[in-house]
Amino acid sequence: MAEANVFVNNPGLAEATREQDLIARVQRGQNELFYELVRPYERRVYAAALAILRNESDAEDVAQEAMLKALANIRQFRAEARFSTWLIQITVNEALMRRRRERTAIMEGIDDRRDEEGEYAPRDFADWREIPSEALERKEVRQRLAEALATLDRKYREVFVLRDMEQLNIQETAEALGISVASVKTRLLRARLMLRDLLAAGWEQGWFSRLPFEKGTKPW
Amino acid sequence: MVNEAISCERVWREISNYLEGDVEPGLRAALDEHFKTCKKCVSVLEGTRNVIRLYSDERMIEVPAGFGRRLERRLAQSGKGPSVVWSTRAAWLVPAAALLLIGGGIRVANSLSVPRPILSEHANPGKNIPPDMLVVVSADAKDFHVPGCPFIHNKDKERTLTAKEAMREGYVPCVRCMRKYLETADAGHISLEQEAQSDFDADDEAPSGAR
Repeated sequence: MAEANVFVNNPGLAEATREQDLIARVQRGQNELFYELVRPYERRVYAAALAILRNESDAEDVAQEAMLKALANIRQFRAEARFSTWLIQITVNEALMRRRRERTAIMEGIDDRRDEEGEYAPRDFADWREIPSEALERKEVRQRLAEALATLDRKYREVFVLRDMEQLNIQETAEALGISVASVKTRLLRARLMLRDLLAAGWEQGWFSRLPFEKGTKPW
Repeated sequence: MVNEAISCERVWREISNYLEGDVEPGLRAALDEHFKTCKKCVSVLEGTRNVIRLYSDERMIEVPAGFGRRLERRLAQSGKGPSVVWSTRAAWLVPAAALLLIGGGIRVANSLSVPRPILSEHANPGKNIPPDMLVVVSADAKDFHVPGCPFIHNKDKERTLTAKEAMREGYVPCVRCMRKYLETADAGHISLEQEAQSDFDADDEAPSGAR
């Protein structure tokens, strides 16, 4: 009986319906509801802007601009797309435009010298072990991971953030960045392998030293 | 069917697609076969899996302090967003939140006497997951998965149980293979997690734990 209630209440469906209702009301002019509509996604919007601009102040400004643009264009939103994906795509567009406008050359990264079509060979083959998610409770671990991500060349970082952190699918990532699906896959592979090597190096440096790994093993 | 042996270099090229579930069945079988005997490639596979799992955790996305407040203000200033009247109307939320905090405090106090499943406060709750759905867990991990998910760690230690049982034991849904159940998760609704918790309260017994 209790199990039946799960289906009857169907919270996921209820939430989706609530979002659709909010969208419809904002589309009819109830702009005061817009913040309530976008609040669940504000972190993701900010992260998408930061991945492209790499400057917290610019990222916040662009995130706000993107939200304003989304509100101004809310009537163009069609229900066949996910609202969160639509918001992220607007944000990515805004951030890319800002970067072009300011002609910011972000030249950094461990992979700048490698050609995208070339091979990337992993460097570390230590014995592996799952890093427990509790590791992320520690701010220094999150910071180290963020720093590792920041060292990637932007073309890899952008794809990685949109696919693996923002959870866009491959096609959506390609559309948001205006690149081919094949390029997304190539860049994603490199980003993941490079981060793996960077984090393996972090293990050597003791980033995760207070975590309960077995003696003699690495996270991988 | 005999699988053609593949090189480590080929495995590395395909490892991302493998984790995406985006390889043909024949290639997948060849990769699985390769992983059985190649420690180096298992290291690459598990390391890459670790990367995806850690970075996909929502704790990795941090916004500057006051971000939401500034956004709300800017929307209001634009004349398109929430008005002052709206903000005033929302004032009732303050005492309501205080009541919820008090209620939550009592619940936390009550909970101190009973061992709880090991769950991160940020773990994605299992909203909308059919309780009888068969899922897979493994002894050295905390996520539960759809059978066949490439993110299952230690496949030789995996076991199958229902989603409800997995939740009761403290496992959380894999953010990759369970994604469709998590996208519209909202802590304000009744969830499978809460249902599992209420069953747990009723039973008043310690779960076996996720480890």
